[in-house]
Amino acid sequence: MRAVPPIHWPAVAPVAALGVTVVVAVMLRSLVRRSAWVDDAVIALTLVGLAVAGGFVVVQWRIVRSDGAYQAVAGAVAVDGFAVFVAGVVLAAAAASVLLSRSYLRTVGLAHGGEYLVLLLCSTIGMLVMAGANDLLVVFVALEVLSIPLYLLTAFDRRRRASLEGGMKYFVLGSFASAVFLYGVALTYGATGSTSLPGVAAFLARTTLAESGTLLAGLMLMLVGLGFKVAAVPFHTWVPDAYQGAPAPVTGFMASATKAAAFAALARVLFTGLDAYRSDWRPAVWALAVLTLVVGNLAALAQRDVKRLLAYSSVAHAGFILIGIEAANQRGRAAALFYLATYALMVLGTFGVLAALARRGERFDLECFAGLGRRRPVLAGVLTVLLLAQAGVPATSGFVAKLGVFQAAAQARSWALLVVGVLAAVVGVAYYLRVLLVMYTGAEADGGEGTAEGSPVPPALGAAPVGVDAGTGIVLAVAVAVTVWVGVAPGGLLDLAERARLLF
Amino acid sequence: MRVTDTWYLVVGALLFSVGAAGVLLRRNVLVILMCIELMLNAANLSFVTFARRLDDVTGQVAVFFVLVVAAAEVAVGLAIVVAIFRQRRRGATADDVSLLRG
Repeated sequence: MRAVPPIHWPAVAPVAALGVTVVVAVMLRSLVRRSAWVDDAVIALTLVGLAVAGGFVVVQWRIVRSDGAYQAVAGAVAVDGFAVFVAGVVLAAAAASVLLSRSYLRTVGLAHGGEYLVLLLCSTIGMLVMAGANDLLVVFVALEVLSIPLYLLTAFDRRRRASLEGGMKYFVLGSFASAVFLYGVALTYGATGSTSLPGVAAFLARTTLAESGTLLAGLMLMLVGLGFKVAAVPFHTWVPDAYQGAPAPVTGFMASATKAAAFAALARVLFTGLDAYRSDWRPAVWALAVLTLVVGNLAALAQRDVKRLLAYSSVAHAGFILIGIEAANQRGRAAALFYLATYALMVLGTFGVLAALARRGERFDLECFAGLGRRRPVLAGVLTVLLLAQAGVPATSGFVAKLGVFQAAAQARSWALLVVGVLAAVVGVAYYLRVLLVMYTGAEADGGEGTAEGSPVPPALGAAPVGVDAGTGIVLAVAVAVTVWVGVAPGGLLDLAERARLLF
Repeated sequence: MRVTDTWYLVVGALLFSVGAAGVLLRRNVLVILMCIELMLNAANLSFVTFARRLDDVTGQVAVFFVLVVAAAEVAVGLAIVVAIFRQRRRGATADDVSLLRG
């Protein structure tokens, strides 16, 4: 009889902290009913849980820096700079999303905040596990643990048809992707005899497969499954619907944290597990990157709903990050991490502004933004900075991030991809500027055309003089400050990303 | 005729293809849910067959993880379908859910 594998608790401390928080929050919600203070208590509890997990992550980073990276829980989880960095990004994104949610849930009229926060935390747990998942089965379970709560969160605003629809489309395509990924895992296991990523790598280093069809099929299926999660074209079809349907803080969370976790898993599967087949997966990633850049940017140009526009822009950003993965060198991985961290802040801030402007039955047609610069100068200013950063204007973190992935591509001599990337960045500027133009000058040139929910004249945003609450204010201030600060002095974060290396 | 484990792998691949085709082509949401189950179980069958071929227990353990995950997934999926049914009484085929596009 085999003994139970020893669990090295410091390695799973952040996950455990969030797990405890979830249990306490559920108990609190179910034992204390109909009290005004419970909602706020659960929010406070959630933030404390995230802060404790964040503290553990900082300690882990120190330990990894001083004693080196290691594996834990029978090799199922890797604790290395890469995992800890991504975990930090995920926790920050979750905390920001919680801060944004309080006033949002009130104004939109979704008062029962308990389940919402618990689901958000469950999803965060999945992402933390995914950041360090060192075994294909763990990747699969983490993928589901992060996705299933997100399906529900997307469909959370049950009275809004778009929300339910977005949730259902996300659910169908997400489960499909997970099933494809799982079949890929099964084939990889069959070909190599192991689901552990270092085990797969060791097998491939030891033996040359006489007939590698099964493994290649497994590799491609896993790439498809993860391509869905990182929102790469042609597996992006769920993105606009889910992003438009989901409540604004959840959309911000999906665009930042989910992307970071999914890219972490993608990088670990490709670099740790299947590095021996680099010459086979690089062309596939290359094609994904090109398609994602081209389709994401062009489709964003055609959007009339700002949330949808941001969804396609998020697809386009996934393309830039894929450039870093395709480079397949240390600089590329560091650039991808840097991109994920800076993009997470920008996109959370952007959806934070949308959350602050949202009213019951939220609508974000482009026309609603007309004149926002006059009515809400501060919010419009924040949105301006963050959109310019996403466009990659110099002196913002977005510029440094794009430069990073381009440098990595140059180092890897992927010239064609570099050119596509630069062109895509130029096209990208256009649709961000379009939003800014509407915001400050007022009228859209071409009106008409049916709007999303059918009612003819959408209400202008920010007309009611409602203040921005403290939580939202903090998120927006931090997002803008860090975006500009990193843009001017990127050294610190670049250094962190450079040190966040994979274990193998 | 001897049934080797390759047969099981072929059945697994067929089941997976049927499931994938069903998700992409069928309109009824409940059928789509069943097709996703089919895909997961195709993976399960392959896992077990590989486990037998490799004489390794990992593949069998994997099936338990997948079963649990599939149960959770169906619970959530049905909840969303029911919510949609409640909202619009008519029925919830993929064609009815076409508000968002573009």
